Amino acid sequence: MANIIGAVTTSHIPAIANAMANKQEDTPYWKPFFDGYPPVRKWLNEKQPDVIVLFYNDHGLEFFIDKKPTFAIGVADEYHNSDEGWGIATIPPVTGESELSWHIANSLVEDGFDMTICQEMKVDHGLTVPLSLMWPGNNYGHVKVIPVCINCEQHPMPQPWRCFELGKAIGKAIESYDEDITVAIFGTGGLSHQLDGERAGIINREFDIECMDKLVSDPESLTKYSNLDLVKIGGAQTVELNMWIAMRGALRGKVTELHRNYHAPISNTGSGVLLLEHEMPSK
Amino acid sequence: MAVKDLTQPVPGTYLFDGKMAKKGYGLNKMCYSFNEQAARDEFNEDPDAYCAKFGLTEKQIKAIHDRDIIGLLQEGGSIYYVAKFAGLLKLNMQDIGAIQTGLSLDEFKALLVKNGSGEA
Repeated sequence: MANIIGAVTTSHIPAIANAMANKQEDTPYWKPFFDGYPPVRKWLNEKQPDVIVLFYNDHGLEFFIDKKPTFAIGVADEYHNSDEGWGIATIPPVTGESELSWHIANSLVEDGFDMTICQEMKVDHGLTVPLSLMWPGNNYGHVKVIPVCINCEQHPMPQPWRCFELGKAIGKAIESYDEDITVAIFGTGGLSHQLDGERAGIINREFDIECMDKLVSDPESLTKYSNLDLVKIGGAQTVELNMWIAMRGALRGKVTELHRNYHAPISNTGSGVLLLEHEMPSK
Repeated sequence: MAVKDLTQPVPGTYLFDGKMAKKGYGLNKMCYSFNEQAARDEFNEDPDAYCAKFGLTEKQIKAIHDRDIIGLLQEGGSIYYVAKFAGLLKLNMQDIGAIQTGLSLDEFKALLVKNGSGEA
């Protein structure tokens, strides 16, 4: 039986990839951010999860607004990154896990989540920056990744409660997979930030830390927020919290916090890391 | 914002909804094309011709000319696609933040530090 052993949350800002490429991890600006990652890397290296289910949002690489899926899942054996418009270097392909992806997709649609199912899908910084962060040198080829993409770009966006339910349905689907593998869930993006408008530059440190607390102990309470609430409280792109909420929904058993870090600002953003251990719910 | 827009309930924020997505479709489509180097080269060679190719409105073309980020958002630009235009101009998110808030780059960075520290 597939076993969800834990979860990681992390920021996925493109500037992080540039900082790594330019060897700036130990500079005064970046050090407090990168210092949050060694314990997570150590845990991943020790536990060696076979599969990562990774919640992210596409920022206009794969999906344009001609057809914008609310929820999409990749079912491919491999995914590629691409130039996102800044001429940045592309990185090695990401390995997929087609069989479990299809199992999850089948289970989700059965449960009322009408996913867009993708056999080809370019993955942008939302997915690749977390992988580069966890496996420095882009040495992530051995781990199989299942991308789950949530619309955070165009309103109407799925609400936090709905993302939590999606996570729960994915957790249930993984639990019912009859292969002896280990899975970790990644929730990426966030936390508070606003990129657009005269209100650009908003960060709400207090709210971010409260979200990290609640995500561990009382995730249901975060589902009371609407996306508009999140925009007002933390800035327009705070809706990326939905990926963290979806991650937490997938953890239906006992959750223990092993590590956290919070640092702001990184680029324009409040940046949080959580490492959670998970014990599967009893049958 | 000269006219109060009830579909935009958060001042200083341009929620990218159906109305904006329709208004800014050609503009965003042009910026989406900037994912390709060939498109960036073509734009740089003749910006007006490239804007015309995507059917941009006069206001959108003016905002592109003026590098007016707020103007682009008001004319239906999504920040994620506008960011690709900004990337073409070699501007990063702090540069765009400074332009939108009317601050210098250093002032905007200081604002981020202040907000990030929880002092605000």
